[in-house]
Amino acid sequence: MTTIPDNTPAKLDPHEAYVHGHHWRTADDEASAAKLGMWLFLATEVLMFSGFFCAYAAFRMMYEGNWVAASDHYLDWRIGGFNTIVLLLSSFTVVMAIRCAQQNRQGLLMFNLWITQLCAATFLILKVWLEYLPKLRLGEKPGALFHYVPHGDYIAGAHDHIFLSVYWIATATHGFHVLVGMFVFAWIMLRARKRHFGPNHYTALENVGLYWHLVDVIWIFLFPLLYLA
Amino acid sequence: MSGHHDVSYLAPKDGFWQTVWSWAFTVDHKKIGVMYLVAVLSAFLLGGLAAMAVRLELWSPTMTDPKTGLVTGQLLTKDLFFGFLGDNVTPNNIYNRAFSLHGTVMVFLFIIPSIPAALGNIFLPIMLGAKDVAFPKLNLFSWYIYLFGGTFAVSALLMGGVETGWTFYTPYSTTTSWGGVTAMVLGAFILGFSSILTGMNFIATVHKLRVPGMGWFDMPLFVWAIYATAIIQVLATPVLAITLMMLAFERMFHIGIFDPALGGDPVLFQHFFWFYSHPAVYIMILPGFGIASEVISVHCHKKIFGYRAIAFSSIAIAAISFLVWGHHLFTSETPAANAVFSALTFLVAVPTAIKVFNWIATMYKSSISLNTPMLYAMSFLFCFTIGGLTGPPLATLATDIMLHDTYFVVAHFHYVMMGGTVLMFIGGLHHWWPKMFGKMYNEAGAMLGCVLVFIGFNLTFMTQFFLGTQGMPRRYATYIDEFTFLHQLSTVGSLILGIGLFVHLFVFIASLMGDSKAPRNPWGGLTFEWEADSPPVEHNFPHEPVIVHGPYDYHTTTPPHCDPNEYPVPSKDELGDAH
Ligand code: HEM
Ligand SMILES: [Cu+2]
Repeated sequence: MTTIPDNTPAKLDPHEAYVHGHHWRTADDEASAAKLGMWLFLATEVLMFSGFFCAYAAFRMMYEGNWVAASDHYLDWRIGGFNTIVLLLSSFTVVMAIRCAQQNRQGLLMFNLWITQLCAATFLILKVWLEYLPKLRLGEKPGALFHYVPHGDYIAGAHDHIFLSVYWIATATHGFHVLVGMFVFAWIMLRARKRHFGPNHYTALENVGLYWHLVDVIWIFLFPLLYLA
Repeated sequence: MSGHHDVSYLAPKDGFWQTVWSWAFTVDHKKIGVMYLVAVLSAFLLGGLAAMAVRLELWSPTMTDPKTGLVTGQLLTKDLFFGFLGDNVTPNNIYNRAFSLHGTVMVFLFIIPSIPAALGNIFLPIMLGAKDVAFPKLNLFSWYIYLFGGTFAVSALLMGGVETGWTFYTPYSTTTSWGGVTAMVLGAFILGFSSILTGMNFIATVHKLRVPGMGWFDMPLFVWAIYATAIIQVLATPVLAITLMMLAFERMFHIGIFDPALGGDPVLFQHFFWFYSHPAVYIMILPGFGIASEVISVHCHKKIFGYRAIAFSSIAIAAISFLVWGHHLFTSETPAANAVFSALTFLVAVPTAIKVFNWIATMYKSSISLNTPMLYAMSFLFCFTIGGLTGPPLATLATDIMLHDTYFVVAHFHYVMMGGTVLMFIGGLHHWWPKMFGKMYNEAGAMLGCVLVFIGFNLTFMTQFFLGTQGMPRRYATYIDEFTFLHQLSTVGSLILGIGLFVHLFVFIASLMGDSKAPRNPWGGLTFEWEADSPPVEHNFPHEPVIVHGPYDYHTTTPPHCDPNEYPVPSKDELGDAH
């Protein structure tokens, strides 16, 4: 349960003013519905990304050798690996932020949210700076846009452009989710500054945290599939 | 909130703009439901006009009518929808655009949101004894997403249109000339989010807002049906979203995923598309099942037969619906996959048949009030059973190779979608009309409409089973002379059908303008909505209702707020007591 029933004496300042929606019987019902709603939303996200995973599986089976060589050549596992660590760290700080809300440590709560934002920004900057921009320059683009500029001793495979298509749409969609996460966290931080979160009420923070973990988990699958194929 | 305990939710505010504002920014599920109702009915009208254009074009086997020299259909389609395109489109293009307009509007704008977003929105919370859905603001947001996506799609369809049909199969959809496909696909993508959010909202509502004391098996069957629908909406629609997104990218950047010329796989598109769209046909039909259960039990004044069987079969259908999408690909996938999908498809017919038998058993030996909702329920049983029984021949591999992409398939899905969902939607509209708007409708007029719809519908689509088995392929503007008679019969049927629907429209408008005030419980129903005022007050009930009997306990309970002499409690017979 996210909330302590309203009749608990509110010794800590943030939550005492919180009034639940008029169509709810109790604040507990409201909070657990919000949680349920979030889990359902996460299910839709998983199913949406499953489209990419199915496309990946189908083309990998069709173009096995080409697929592995393309992954090897076009993607640097060190960038992907570093970004994985960055995202994992941010998931940890989100958990810490929720913990801080539960203990009403407002300063540390803000600090953890800042670190989360920093991690998200790092992830995106690395992605764009070290992957997307060089790829655009080298013509390593999806589908018909692909035109390989030979470099090193790599000979382009017949279906590199399909691998790159899957890479681009999957990582760009994921990156978009990271970006959305940053905006949502900005909103959470505004609310946190107004002391909206405390031991009695932190549903929104917790839900955004759930979203963030999902974004993280999806990356945990994308990383090995694309970078370590 | 205070002070709304005795004011109807429809009551206008003090000034005109205040009233507009009170609708545009309402979080009241009933108002949102009414707005959806207006929108889906408008979509139905638009889709219906396109259907008439298609049927008129098919009046003659060639594009030009030999007697008058007029280009059939083109007359109508061009003037109605595509007149401003100039003459550089061929009659074939126009025909394709007309049936694509029909299919996409009917599926994405009308039938998917129809029952859940309109009637579900209004009655789901009331039937649970709740004041609203779980997330009222999200509900309003879904409505605006629907409006935005719908506008997007309709403008794409009217400003040039698409030629792909509602299925958007690649590579045709990625190569046809103009950009309308991209816009239409984005429109459907946006509409999908509206559907997802509505589904999430309803699931949370059913889980968390049932009145205290109402267990899962005390819920009305309409609620069960909407719940099962919502599960499919939440779990299937995201796959459509991602598919349409990839299709849009395919068109804009040629990413090659679905394009065989680039090494992509068009069959992958078909798999993705039907992974959503088969479950989607159950998004369309399950709510219709729900209305059938309500209407039949209420107007037969008898406990529904096999409550649990009906409830569980909804869930079973929802579950199996995810495993059968391959039956749309019998001509394009491997034989092994075909065998598996064929077997699984037959499974779906089982829970569906269970429902039909339960409804018939409910009617058996009951005292039926033969009014419009009940007449619709009986039409539904007749038509839907035909639609359902023509499914297994399509699920049989050998016969499907012959019937695939013929008018037989067209007839099959119209018998289930129009003969199932749409008939029950209209039936439900009459059933709940007094509750929604506080006015009675003219029974004789509505019965006339129903009879016309029934005759027109069967004439339109029964002929198409024969066209299909004789080899008439779907989606062609011309045909061999031998098919002329059946095609013309079908067109005549569609005119009768259209007239019947306009009769209903007229009856509804007359009811709204008239002043025959509806009582609280005109049919003698036992679910919570019949305890609310007609129309309900702003928060549905002045006091939270108390659950004292099951939703269908006609054998033990006299319906509240109505004359007990008018609705005799049927004697307990074996069938009514069977569970
Ligand atoms: C009773 C169980 C049912 C079975 C066994 C069944 C089977 C099938 C099969 C095998 C096809 C593919 C035919 C082909 O393209 O060659 C099909 C098409 C279709 N069915 Fe059903 N069906 C059933 C019920 C329903 C219901 C309840 C609905 C909707 C309310 C529905 C809607 C459709 C639609 C829309 C299509 C064609 C879509 C298109 O190609 O445009 N079916 N059905
Ligand atoms: Cu199907």
